[in-house]
Amino acid sequence: MDILAIKVEHLYKQYRLGVVSTGTLVHDINRWVHKLRGKEDPYSKVTTINDRTQKKESEYVWSLSDINFEVKQGDVLGVIGRNGAGKSTLLKVLSKITAPTKGTVKVNGRVASLLEVGTGFHPELTGRENIFLNGAILGMSKREIKTKFDQIVDFSGVEMYIDTPVKRYSSGMHVRLAFAVAAHLESEILIVDEVLAVGDAEFQKKCLGKMSEVSRGEGRTVLFVSHNMGAIQNLCTRSILLSNGCITFDGLVEEGIRKYNSSLVSLLQHIAVADRKDRTGSQVIKLISFKINGMECDGIIRLNSSDTLVVEMTFQSIDDYSGGRIMFGVYDENSQRPLFIDSDLEMIRLDFKKGLNHIKVSFPEKFSLGFGNYTMNYSVFNNIEVVDYIQQVAVFEVIESDFYQNSRSSQQSPRILIRTKWEISH
Amino acid sequence: MESKQTWTEVIKPNKRVFDLQLKELFRYSDLILLFVRRDFVSTYKQTILGPIWFFLQPLFTTAIFIVIFTYIAKLSTDAIPPALFYLSGITIWTFFSECLLKTSNTFTMNAGIFGKVYFPRLVTPISIIFSNSIKLILQLLLLLLVFVYFIAKQEVSFYLSFNLLLIPYVLAMVALLSLGLGIIISSLTTKYRDLAFIIQFGIQLLMYATPVIYPLNITEGRLKLLLSLNPLTAYIETFRFSLFQKATFDSSMLVHSSVFTLVVLFLGIIIFNKIEKSFMDTV
Repeated sequence: MDILAIKVEHLYKQYRLGVVSTGTLVHDINRWVHKLRGKEDPYSKVTTINDRTQKKESEYVWSLSDINFEVKQGDVLGVIGRNGAGKSTLLKVLSKITAPTKGTVKVNGRVASLLEVGTGFHPELTGRENIFLNGAILGMSKREIKTKFDQIVDFSGVEMYIDTPVKRYSSGMHVRLAFAVAAHLESEILIVDEVLAVGDAEFQKKCLGKMSEVSRGEGRTVLFVSHNMGAIQNLCTRSILLSNGCITFDGLVEEGIRKYNSSLVSLLQHIAVADRKDRTGSQVIKLISFKINGMECDGIIRLNSSDTLVVEMTFQSIDDYSGGRIMFGVYDENSQRPLFIDSDLEMIRLDFKKGLNHIKVSFPEKFSLGFGNYTMNYSVFNNIEVVDYIQQVAVFEVIESDFYQNSRSSQQSPRILIRTKWEISH
Repeated sequence: MESKQTWTEVIKPNKRVFDLQLKELFRYSDLILLFVRRDFVSTYKQTILGPIWFFLQPLFTTAIFIVIFTYIAKLSTDAIPPALFYLSGITIWTFFSECLLKTSNTFTMNAGIFGKVYFPRLVTPISIIFSNSIKLILQLLLLLLVFVYFIAKQEVSFYLSFNLLLIPYVLAMVALLSLGLGIIISSLTTKYRDLAFIIQFGIQLLMYATPVIYPLNITEGRLKLLLSLNPLTAYIETFRFSLFQKATFDSSMLVHSSVFTLVVLFLGIIIFNKIEKSFMDTV
């Protein structure tokens, strides 16, 4: 039998929604009275499952509910799930930042968690001083840091500035130095949250390389959370899929990612845009319909790569607003963003009239996204603030078709297909 | 087949009340020192006078106190030269009040870092006490200089006695008292911020209930009894007594203050340890 590094049993985590106010005091006193009389917490019963798309009936929510899993020593486990599925909460409980409401976590070995790079960096201190400070915050002793100091500096590539206060560093250098410290932690278990989202592509690659070296070479256990499915697939052998605070899948990483992608589709299939509750903003201008051209099949919109992408939106505005602005981001399966559209950048002035407003955005011809699944985020501004914002407002698939009109296609899986004009001169 | 599965740690919703985890704290002693260094280095970066500010603060305050309380209000200073009287009081008082104010917002000020990484949370208030102790030592040197000046002028005399041994004891107790009170307040303010407001002006008022600008022996009766209940009273009076052989020394008052301090500290650690597990959800 393999030795386990982590064992999570019946883990629950309850959060209270809304603001802390006098109401909190009343709840606290009520809870305390129940406790004195040996009764159950009156608020644990009314807690609903965590589904951000639906409006809450209760002020309390189970951010994690009945989580059970084991991680063997040397495993690299990917934790995937939508925003708000409980990934970060799980990592926080595992790294002792917050205590669980119920259940236990058993850990075998020293845990180092990396929920953010450069925690505790002080801008006035030099790079050298910050390496020691950050290392100590992450749980290293001074002696350990001393022996690894040269390696850390070498990995970060900021030798020249090591005695300069970090406030003079570029943000890239900052991240490099911070990750370098974290990468040299000597712990048996490493917990990593979405930290690779920062930094340039080259450094990201270096970090991923270091992480796989850590897990494969040194036999360390790694828990890895990311929206970057590519990174998950590269690094992890196993994955757990969280949705609404529960584990809905535990198994091979490829299947986990597939399940994740299809769960996204099924979510969007069941709820019309107008009924979506997982939106932010005052909604004085509210999106009530969002359509992408293409044929709909099993709830997912399919688009031929030879078709022009057209987005049609309908907004309900409660007043006249001049100078509105719409943005949307298009994300691929690896959470990369090949496209970001901002009406303001194109000097488009959107004047909303009270009532319904229809807006149509057409992408240029001779352009297409590469084959694969995409999701879209959208936000609308009324010249000052975001008034409506929905993540993953739509999902669509671009399928292979004859983009170049010559029955040929690229084997390089590009994210964007374009038709170019060529000239040669002699 | 049963393998040898061991666990180094079990994370549960609640730990036992008296599990103070001081051993773990000791493991993080390097971090305490690094925090102290950070505070010290960063406080006076980009100031021209740098650590000289440590001396200017008490000197100016003393000068103003002399003008107001000696020349205008004509308050007694217990036969101690006013400069020494006020400077000694201010030194202890600022040490106490700064330790208390800074430790009392441990959780709210450090929410960012506490939300991202685990280390024993007590590391932070303890490092604040150490940072302020360095400042205290520098200010004690200043007091010593002024003391030597008055000895040279033969306005006071210096007695070498066992009473001097009370000084480190008193300073340590003041540190522990401010730590204890500070962590209790910081624990209570995670959910309800009201206390943070009270402490802001409460600490100013508390100075008047402590013999900083007047000696204890100009009070009498119930007022004196009331002032003696303030644990700081015994510390400041004892401090002056062991340096200048004047002021009040009452061993029963010192015992009262010491017991008070230790109880507060013990309670503080228990409450702090309980809160640190869940404060991220409420802060």
